Amino acid sequence: MTTATLAPTRAGDTRAEDPRIGLAGTLRHVGALTRRNLMRIKADPESMFDAVLMPIVFTVLFVYVFGGAMSGNQDDYKQRLIPGLLGQTGMTLALAVGTGLNSDFQTGVMDRFRTLPIGRASVLLSKIVAETLRALISSAILLTFAFILGFELKTGVLELLAAVGLSLVFGMSIVWISMLLGMAMKSAQAVQGVSMLVLMPMQFGSSIFAPTETMPGWLQAFTKVNPLSALADAARGLLNGQGPIAHPVMVVLIWSAASTAIFAPLAVARFRKRT
Amino acid sequence: MTGIATAPNTRGTAGNAVEVHGMVKHFGTTKALDGVDLTVREGTVLALLGPNGAGKTTLVRILSTLIKPDAGTAFVGGYDVLRQPKQLRRTIGLTGQYASVDELLSGYENLYLIGRLLDLSSRGAKARAAELLERFSLTEAAKRPAKTYSGGMRRRLDLAASMIGRPQVLYLDEPTTGLDPRTRNEVWDEVQRMVAEGSTVLLTTQYMEEAEQLANELTVIDRGKVIANGGVAELKAKVGGQILQVRPAHPAELPEMARRLHESGITGATISPDDGLLAVPITGEEQLTTVIGVLGGRGFAIAGIDTKVPSLDEVFLAITGKPTADPATAPAIALVKEPVA
Repeated sequence: MTTATLAPTRAGDTRAEDPRIGLAGTLRHVGALTRRNLMRIKADPESMFDAVLMPIVFTVLFVYVFGGAMSGNQDDYKQRLIPGLLGQTGMTLALAVGTGLNSDFQTGVMDRFRTLPIGRASVLLSKIVAETLRALISSAILLTFAFILGFELKTGVLELLAAVGLSLVFGMSIVWISMLLGMAMKSAQAVQGVSMLVLMPMQFGSSIFAPTETMPGWLQAFTKVNPLSALADAARGLLNGQGPIAHPVMVVLIWSAASTAIFAPLAVARFRKRT
Repeated sequence: MTGIATAPNTRGTAGNAVEVHGMVKHFGTTKALDGVDLTVREGTVLALLGPNGAGKTTLVRILSTLIKPDAGTAFVGGYDVLRQPKQLRRTIGLTGQYASVDELLSGYENLYLIGRLLDLSSRGAKARAAELLERFSLTEAAKRPAKTYSGGMRRRLDLAASMIGRPQVLYLDEPTTGLDPRTRNEVWDEVQRMVAEGSTVLLTTQYMEEAEQLANELTVIDRGKVIANGGVAELKAKVGGQILQVRPAHPAELPEMARRLHESGITGATISPDDGLLAVPITGEEQLTTVIGVLGGRGFAIAGIDTKVPSLDEVFLAITGKPTADPATAPAIALVKEPVA
């Protein structure tokens, strides 16, 4: 069906069926929408503040304020903190997907997209692509800043890339939860608020910032199952060449698979209903 | 697929750009659409007229594949809203009540994006964006973010966005709601231009003046039901007929004129000496001819003659027994006039 005439084929005729949008079409649509997401960042550079400044603020704050007290000296603490921060990057930025989705639904833009002959998934996929790019930029800034401060990569580039990859894999599994939040909440601010509420306990109730041994038993129980602890441990193993790697990596992958298995169908179903 | 073949009229009738049968949509316990039938012929403008909450936007959203109906069938350009949404989307353009452009993006980027989503090549999308920016007088503002645009510019950008794919059918959902009169006229000019170029338009509006300005045909809808249907002039004639106003050269002759008309079987004439006018309700051409014949034959000097058509406000009032829109939200141009006595 290349022409849209006013006399389409007979009902029941297979040619009357809606054609599927092929891979090339989907890629083109995702590309165009990703470009839109990136243009939005260009038009509103402040939206990059969190991705750019958070790693710097966290590093400075924790290394110099708490580092000495926690690890005895700042150099040791840097080696502990930086891998942990790198690990959580994926999740932090995944939570932004919901906020973006929410504001698209609030304005008429989503309606416009939905009256165009594009696949439903394209809008979502383009959000994920843009957030992945943001996560990569954020990771690059964190690492650059860390090296300036004297962080040492004790292994190699491959291990470093593996750590970034693991963070992104986990982030992808959080995207579905973020989407559900984005579609359930009434305003973008509410989505952001709830996201912070989820993020903060997970960040601080983990092994990212402090060793868990001094925490009370109930909190230790939480930190043990907290996937961000496993992420931080895995990243530490990969970047510092010390401690176990296989086990925490497995834990992160299992968490990611479980989160995707549970929340992806829910999010997709809800998205289909809304669109 | 066999079940569909048994249903009558499965793909709409040739010549009808939009065809809706028995459309029903509930939102909770509210019946937004309660069995709506509607047809828009190719190349015409149909105004869907009704007060707030009549179901106009619900119908447009169903016809745009944004929501699904609970019952009924609808075909746009021959495509079934339920079974062929993607093909249907290629034939339509939608301009909503709220400008659905990306405020952070420039006018050009907005149009380019939609061109790409409509599968134009990169070069094609660029050319089409430039062409429409030029046409809608937005070339100068092309590189500025849409959030810096005035209300009228934004609405024009929205219209341009809905035109990118050269849609056969254009939905304009209250295109001038919330615009000042000058901007409203700008939008009207644009719509009239599109119509002159052969677009089929389904226009929803609460404003009588808008329907009169733009539409060939009119469907009046209230509480999810179609309550009147027809050509704009036809509908007016059905409801109220016309009023002939005669201004004699010598106002002193008014009573005599009324008496002569009465003698000739024309009843209901009223005189208002203050205005110097004789008003005669007429229901058709023959009566008009009789009145002119009687007055002219008797040698009355006539200074002016005019027919007054009841406004659409009056039409609506006559059909539903209530004013069109909530007076608190109605704009000045939709002020409800006195009904024709």
